[in-house]
Amino acid sequence: MATAGGLRARLSARPERALRGVSAGWALAATAFVVVSTLLGLALGPVDLGLGAVTREVLSHVPFLGLESSFSGTDDAILWELRAPRVALGLLVGAMLASAGAAYQGVFRNPLADPYLLGAAAGAGLGATIVIAYDPGGGLDLRPIAAFAGAIVGVGVAYLLGRSVGGSGTTTLILAGVTVAAFLTAVQTYVQQQNAETVQEVYSWILGQLETSGWSDVLILLPYVAFSSAVLLWHRRLLDVLAVGDDEAASLGVPVARVRLLVVGAATLGTAAAVAFSGLIAFVGIIVPHAVRLVAGTSYRVVLPLSLAFGGGFLVLMDLVARTVVAPAQLPIGVVTAFLGAPFFAVVLRSTRTVGP
Amino acid sequence: MLRAERVWVSLDGAKVVQDVGLALEKGDWLGLIGPNGAGKTTLLRAVAGLVPYAGSIRIEGDEVSSLGRRAAARRVAVVPQIPVIPPDTTVLEYVVLGRTPHLGYSGTPGPRDVVAARSALARLDGAHLGDRRLGSLSGGERQRAVLARAVAQDASLLLLDEPTSALDVGAQQQVLELVASLRADGSLTVLSAMHDLTHAGQYADRLLLLDGGQEQASGTPPEVLTEQLIARHFGASVRIVADEEAGIAVVPLRPPVEAEQPVS
Repeated sequence: MATAGGLRARLSARPERALRGVSAGWALAATAFVVVSTLLGLALGPVDLGLGAVTREVLSHVPFLGLESSFSGTDDAILWELRAPRVALGLLVGAMLASAGAAYQGVFRNPLADPYLLGAAAGAGLGATIVIAYDPGGGLDLRPIAAFAGAIVGVGVAYLLGRSVGGSGTTTLILAGVTVAAFLTAVQTYVQQQNAETVQEVYSWILGQLETSGWSDVLILLPYVAFSSAVLLWHRRLLDVLAVGDDEAASLGVPVARVRLLVVGAATLGTAAAVAFSGLIAFVGIIVPHAVRLVAGTSYRVVLPLSLAFGGGFLVLMDLVARTVVAPAQLPIGVVTAFLGAPFFAVVLRSTRTVGP
Repeated sequence: MLRAERVWVSLDGAKVVQDVGLALEKGDWLGLIGPNGAGKTTLLRAVAGLVPYAGSIRIEGDEVSSLGRRAAARRVAVVPQIPVIPPDTTVLEYVVLGRTPHLGYSGTPGPRDVVAARSALARLDGAHLGDRRLGSLSGGERQRAVLARAVAQDASLLLLDEPTSALDVGAQQQVLELVASLRADGSLTVLSAMHDLTHAGQYADRLLLLDGGQEQASGTPPEVLTEQLIARHFGASVRIVADEEAGIAVVPLRPPVEAEQPVS
C-alpha cells in the first residue's frame, strides 16, 4: 500500500527536512488532530452538546472575536466542569505516555520498550491495590499518591539493582526491571487474593480510567508532564545519537550514562504522575511512537514532538469511545486503547516497509 | 601529535595492554597488527578515551583521560570494527551525527553542519548516497558512510579498527585508497588495527606488532613483516614476496600435509 509511504514522502520529502525536525506539514497535521479530538471530546457524550455550539462557546472566550455563546447554565457546567477537565487529563496522560514510550525506546534501543518497562506499572499497581484493599472508601483518595510512590519506588529499585550488578549496558537494566516487576506483581496478586471483595475495583483501576474530580487533578498533573516532556524534548537529538550504540555515541562526545539517567528519570517521573490519575493505560506508549515513526520519520527530533501531540489527541478520542459506546456505563479506557489501537496499528504496520526503534 | 608511553589497560582483571608506547607525527599512518586478542582494539579504545588506562596518552599535548568526552571527540574520530547501523536512517542524517561534538548539549545541526556532512560524503565519493537509507547500502557503501561520519567529525586523528574486515577485495582496496587520499594533504593522522598484513604493509608508513598485549616489533613494513615474526606470533607459515611495484605481499603457504586418509 502506498498510503503511508506516500504521506511520508509528501510531508517530509527531503532528508534535510528530517535534519531540521518536524516539517510544517506535520506540525499542522498534529495541531489539527489535537484541536479536532479536543472539540469532539468536549461536544460528544451522553448529552450531545453539539460540535458547532461547543466551538462557538470555546471561541467566545477568545478576546476580540466578539462571539456570543448560546449555552445554557447546565450545558456550561457539563462542558467546563465535567468534560473539559476530563479532556485535559486525557491530553496530558496521552502525551506523557506516548512521549515516555518513545524516549524509552530510544534510550534502550528496543522497539518493545514502553513507559512501564522498568517496573513502573507493577509498582503503581501494588500501591493502588494496597490502598483499595486496606483503605476502602477512606475520606481522602490515596490511590494516586500510592500509585505514584509505587511507580517511583519500582523504577528506583530496578535502577539501583541494575547499577549494582555493574555494566552500563541496557540489557542489565531491562533485566533488573523485569525482576522487580515480577516481584512487585507477586506481592500485588497476593494482596488482591487476600482481599477478594475488592478485586473488581482493583481491576477497573488497573485497566485505566480518566475519571477526574475536576480541575484539581489536571493542575496537579500539569507541572509533572510539562517538566518531563521538556527534559525529553531537550534530549531529542541526543537520542538520535544513541541509535548508534553506547560506545559510538561516547566516541562522538555524548556523556551516555548521564543522558540515560536524565531521560529515564524524566520519563519515569511523568509516567508515575500520569498513572496515578489514569491507572495503567496500556499500549499508548508503544503504538503512538511507532505509528509516528512509520509515517513521519525515525529521527527523535520528529518522533518526540509528534508523539506528544498525537498521543494526547489519541487518548482523548479513545476516552470518547470509552464513555459513549455503552453509555451510561463506561468501558475501561485501557480496553479501548488496545481494542481499537491494535488493529489500527496493524494497518499502519502493514502499509509500511520497516519498523525499528 | 599522538604520544603514548607505558600504557597499561586491564579489562576484568586481565592485563590486555601491557607497557605499550607509540608516537605519531602529524600525517603519519601507523598500522597495528597482531593475532586475535593481541590488544589492538583495546589500545585503540584507550587512545579514544573509551576505556580507563594507566600510563600516558597525549594528543596534541593533552592527556586523553583529562579531556572531556566532547573535547576528546573533537580530536579523535573512531571507525569501529562493527559499527551499529540504524537501518532507517538516511546516509546524510547518519553523517551529520559526526557533527555531534561540535554542537551544544541540546544543540541541533545547522546549515553549516549539513554542508560539512555533504562535503565529507563528497570526499569519500558518496555524494550520491545522501538520500539512501543505511539498510539499503552494500557493505562498501556502508563503510564509506561510516568513514564520512568520522570525516565530518573534523578530528585530526582517525582511529580505524579493522576497517575492511567485512568487505570484498575490491571494496577493501577502495576504502583503503579513500583513507590514503584523506591523509594525502597531511592534516589527518591515522592509527589503524589491520588484519590483512599485505594491506597493512602497503598502506601504513610504520607497523607495530602486538601479541599478548605487548609490543613485539615495530618499524617500517619490511622490518616487521618477516617470515619469522609472522610464524612466531600468528602461528602462520607465509612467504614474503617483495615486488618493486606492489611493495610487500604476505602470501600464506599451506603447511605440508600427510596423504589424506579415506573416510570409511
